[in-house]
Amino acid sequence: MERKKLVQVKNLTKTFTLGKGLSLKAACDVSFDIYEGETFGLVGESGCGKSTTGRTIIGLYQPTFGEVLFDGINVHKASASERSQITRNIQMIFQDPYASLNPRMNIAEIIGEGLHLNGLYKGKERMKRVIELLEMVGLQKEHANRFPHEFSGGQRQRIGIARALAVNPKFVIADEPISALDVSVQAQVVNLMKNLQREQNLTYLFIAHDLAMVKHISDRIGVMYLGNMVEMSTSEKLYESPKHPYTQALLSAIPVPDPDLEKSRERKIIEGDVPSPINPPSGCVFRTRCPVAKAVCAEKKPVWQEVDTDHFAACHLYQ
Amino acid sequence: MDKTEKLLEVSGLRVTFKTHGGEVNAVRDVSFTLNKGETLAIVGESGCGKSVTAKSIMRLVPEYIGKIAAGSIMFKGKDLVALSEKEMRELRGKEISMIFQDAMTSLNPTISIGEQIMEGIIRHQKVSRSEARRQAIEILTLVGIANPESRLKQYLHQFSGGMRQRIMIAIALVCRPSILIADEPTTALDVTIQAQIIDLFKSIQQKTGVSIIIITHDLGVVAKIADRVNVMYAGKVVESGPVRDIFYNPQHPYTKGLLASMPRLDADRSVPLSPIPGTPPDLFAPPPGCAFAARCNYALEVCRNHQPAETSVHGKHSVACWLQDPRAKKVLAVMQAPTGT
Repeated sequence: MERKKLVQVKNLTKTFTLGKGLSLKAACDVSFDIYEGETFGLVGESGCGKSTTGRTIIGLYQPTFGEVLFDGINVHKASASERSQITRNIQMIFQDPYASLNPRMNIAEIIGEGLHLNGLYKGKERMKRVIELLEMVGLQKEHANRFPHEFSGGQRQRIGIARALAVNPKFVIADEPISALDVSVQAQVVNLMKNLQREQNLTYLFIAHDLAMVKHISDRIGVMYLGNMVEMSTSEKLYESPKHPYTQALLSAIPVPDPDLEKSRERKIIEGDVPSPINPPSGCVFRTRCPVAKAVCAEKKPVWQEVDTDHFAACHLYQ
Repeated sequence: MDKTEKLLEVSGLRVTFKTHGGEVNAVRDVSFTLNKGETLAIVGESGCGKSVTAKSIMRLVPEYIGKIAAGSIMFKGKDLVALSEKEMRELRGKEISMIFQDAMTSLNPTISIGEQIMEGIIRHQKVSRSEARRQAIEILTLVGIANPESRLKQYLHQFSGGMRQRIMIAIALVCRPSILIADEPTTALDVTIQAQIIDLFKSIQQKTGVSIIIITHDLGVVAKIADRVNVMYAGKVVESGPVRDIFYNPQHPYTKGLLASMPRLDADRSVPLSPIPGTPPDLFAPPPGCAFAARCNYALEVCRNHQPAETSVHGKHSVACWLQDPRAKKVLAVMQAPTGT
């Protein structure tokens, strides 16, 4: 059965102008599809453009070039009626559970705001829906009248999830939803997200820098570096046979909670820092830190191509 | 290197903070030792008291709200708890140094990094500026900063995150202290940079023999760098021992829970993670018994009302848990069987 492409990102480029004639290319020619019901993981280090990509998909940014189709409709050129459908169907969960909840609103107001704006569940139905959502994310109905400061980080993130799911969206963008949480609580939130996905047939875009967690939750993963997508595949393939030298280095840099393995493992440590995105290297953006860079890497940008079944990479090693 | 000579001995440390909500018991009766040339990791979740323990060693707990209520910290025959602020100032940076999570807010953005490195040298070694400058260049080379002569004149904003962390390490090490305390030194860094900094710690330890106390919540980092581990929960050390014992033969249900809740790259995706249910207790009113009892799957009646004593498991490996009591043998057998790490 051909799976339905729920989100199509085509040649997405987002440039921010900085004044003084400078500009920053945060996302550069990024293309990928997200199928209905799957979790697509987007990983990379800080400044790689993963959040910019997520925010452009939901329409918080206008793309400089390229387009985003949600269910066949262009997110950035939708008519008013299409627009209201899209905003209901795409929701977002944010990184910081402290900054993303209004401290002056109680939990019922926070969760109910989306319902109010969309004119759903009016009157008594609304409180019923809020309580249903609270119980769905593992909180209790007594919590509805409390304020954000009365909750722990993990509980707040549950509230953020309830808020996102209030309007029955099809697609949820989670931007680093667990990186502010403690390890034992991270697992709680990830398990909750996975259960909700199964129950409600949700599609996720999961943005994070923790490759172990992304691998756990995602069906397919895209790896970004300095605004460019460098590799994309299923999470098993990406872990078992990473093609791009950057993905290899990233995997090798993650310390494993296993002292014997850590001592015996051979690591590829890449030198130096990520270059400035204002003035990125010519050709392949990774070449300045790449252990196998050749002359051609400085001259030509590598082409994005399928290097194996369902396994894409942009690297001169495979061209 | 012989890693058995005792360098620092913390015993019965208790730290409390006064707040509007009452007194918080941030560290409750913590004891441990640090040996020469070894790396001790203190792990635990936010609020478990790991940073406060480290700050107490440096005597950096702000005196207007916090106080070391009990205990001693013995270092080279002196009890750090009893030293005056003046005596402490002689020690900080010279004998014991500390580095923090965020270099951007820990260093001064308006003073060149050369001045910031030289400040400690001139203060503690009473040498000339040119000698201090020579030492600063030497230490920058040691921490892997290229062109140290010209870099000395630069300011913090001209360095990347990883470089800033290297500078903080340089400042901490320039007077060759015998203990380096690192509080979440790699948490704010990307993984590729984190790998570089961890390698730097290891090579510096080999070259200088410094003892390191690293505070982190990342068990991967612990596995990579530590010789011994203290696991803290709600202000107490619940388990401690050599790194291999902690990872391959964890005894405390909390340690087991922490290890099980971490996703591993080589794990099967279809198996759900096993989180620890609930949240840590309120330290305004810590429970009378074991603080972990409320979240523990194996909690007994006694756990809720009485503090477990520290029991030795094997060699240096010890744990504070009622399951170690001979009367709890049956439960322990059940607990050890299915998890099998």
